[in-house]
Amino acid sequence: MSTETAKPVFKNGIARWIDDRLPLLSWAQAEFVDYPAPKNLNYWWNFGSLAGIVLVLQILTGLFLTMHYTPHTAMAFDSVEHIMRDVNYGWLLRYAHANGASMFFIVVYIHMFRGLYYGSYKAPRELLWMLGVVILLLMMATAFMGYVLPWGQMSFWGAKVITNLFSAVPIFGETIVTWLWGGFTVDNPTLNRFFALHYLLPFAIFAVVFLHILALHQFGSNNPVGIDITKKDKIPFHPYYTIKDAFGLCVFFLVYAAFVFFAPNVLGHADNYIPANPLVTPPHIVPEWYFLPFYAILRAITFDIFWIIPAKLGGVIAMFGSIAVLFFLPWLDTSRVRSARFRPIYKWLFWVFLLDCVILGYVGASPPEGWLPTIGLLATIYYFAHFLIILPLLGKLERPLPLPDSINKPVLPSSGAASAQPAE
Amino acid sequence: MRRMLEKSLGGLAVALAIVTGASAAEAPEPLSRDWPQQGVFGTFDRHAVQRGFQVFSEVCAGCHGVKYLAFRNLEALGYDEAEIAAIAAQYTVMDGPDEYGDMFERPAVASDRKPVPFANERQARAANGGALPPDLSLITKARAGGEDYLYSLLVGYEEPPAGVELPPGMNYNAYFPGHQIAMAQPLYDDMVEYQDGTVPTISQMAADVTQFLAWVAEPKMEERKQTGIMVMLFLLILAIIFYAYKRRIWADIH
Repeated sequence: MSTETAKPVFKNGIARWIDDRLPLLSWAQAEFVDYPAPKNLNYWWNFGSLAGIVLVLQILTGLFLTMHYTPHTAMAFDSVEHIMRDVNYGWLLRYAHANGASMFFIVVYIHMFRGLYYGSYKAPRELLWMLGVVILLLMMATAFMGYVLPWGQMSFWGAKVITNLFSAVPIFGETIVTWLWGGFTVDNPTLNRFFALHYLLPFAIFAVVFLHILALHQFGSNNPVGIDITKKDKIPFHPYYTIKDAFGLCVFFLVYAAFVFFAPNVLGHADNYIPANPLVTPPHIVPEWYFLPFYAILRAITFDIFWIIPAKLGGVIAMFGSIAVLFFLPWLDTSRVRSARFRPIYKWLFWVFLLDCVILGYVGASPPEGWLPTIGLLATIYYFAHFLIILPLLGKLERPLPLPDSINKPVLPSSGAASAQPAE
Repeated sequence: MRRMLEKSLGGLAVALAIVTGASAAEAPEPLSRDWPQQGVFGTFDRHAVQRGFQVFSEVCAGCHGVKYLAFRNLEALGYDEAEIAAIAAQYTVMDGPDEYGDMFERPAVASDRKPVPFANERQARAANGGALPPDLSLITKARAGGEDYLYSLLVGYEEPPAGVELPPGMNYNAYFPGHQIAMAQPLYDDMVEYQDGTVPTISQMAADVTQFLAWVAEPKMEERKQTGIMVMLFLLILAIIFYAYKRRIWADIH
């Protein structure tokens, strides 16, 4: 790990004694206190530590919810209402956890788009990015299974639709689905295993987050200018970024609290307050908002591909492919310039891609009527074209602006003295 | 805040629906009313909720249960211990087994949940021409449109428009999705006698029972909002302090 700082000596005798034998304190000191960070990071760099804090909050609220929840089809819904009505501050735990999932995805999506804009995935940070995609996948699995636990109508039918996707696998499809369900339909064994996995996976996420930080600290954070920077342009994480993150955390909590206390059900679906009923299918089965773009990609393939791949399998491949493609992003983007600030065309295409994701989200939320399936298909094609065609070609064709030598020197002479003003 | 968010989200959805020409014809837009429990500072109107409890008990409870409501919960509506005991004593609950292993009936007490009208779904359907009256404990949260939808449904009974043929046992409702509803019109003017002198019009009773059911669905709403206001104030002050501190720490870098 980072060796730029000398091993600290602790004043406290006990701390020194322990640290000589178990260098946990000096490790934490090096990684979270002295860690040299670029001094020009803007507020978009707050979202990494925010994501870590939300993960810890989700684990804590989840732990206390578990103490009152019953994972049984006959009792799950009632036990959630018991939490809402009879458990002290149960309403706060549940609303904080349910909205916390949404906040986690908002924070992580912003964190990822920041990485896309400033080229944080490029060499030498490829593994850092790929570990992040692993975290995203684990988060999706965890969130999906968590949504099943209250055993409302959307829980049940969401579980049914998503697990049924695996039936598209040739030959073994039906067997896999039966194996996933632990029976011949979504039932108590399904709820039990989803509960067990929903409890387990956050700890797997925690472990991968640790690797993510390990990989981050190997080369240090990228920065808005996107160039490699020297030691003199770095500042210790504490106190500079601890106080900046603390301020950012307060602002984030204001948004989070607004949802939890004043609009706790806005991001959810009314149907999930109806107990699960295998005999009544809801008119529109929609996943949680953070899955909508992927849901749109799944539904975009309504035709057989090359007469070999049936439409359903095509949709499933496209959906998983939309995430799998992220793993290859560091090599698909052939431009050597990291930050979009110095990439005049990519700068715009970034926003087009973001808009494309929003359109996919809208299509995913709406019933497939009128022009929407066509729009969904076009947006899906663009999603893949962005990664598979545009980015590889753009790196060759685009003429980047000249890069500055250091983050202190602007490329163009500014009026007045060149100040050490960090950008943004 | 909730209204603001809902309105802005709703506005966005409407705008997008207009832009894309998506059809929203299937679910009629419910009547929009101002409810005292809405908004950041909104609280339940105790008198309205108490009247609504009366309407529910005298009109709705024959077919609908509110299975999560315990008599002790009524304390939050301003009933005292004696009143709650008296209300509970009007109901009989099954208890047991006793020392001989037999189940027995006894008058309900404050800690009991309000008994539901039917033992199971089959019994409920048999008594209602095949239709199932849903439990109403969570109804304002379980339907898109919430309180507005419930109120609209209760006042939305009409003669079917010319040319609309209803199957036997069905009724026409302007706000029910598909307009065909098994529940017959439940409210008529002067159906109940309010003790506070409020005139029991259909609209008044519908509004009252809607507020009662909103309270049953979200009994901790007032506690939640009051806590929320303190939390927001605390965070706002903390954010300002941290921002000032951040400026000071970063002064030598800028």
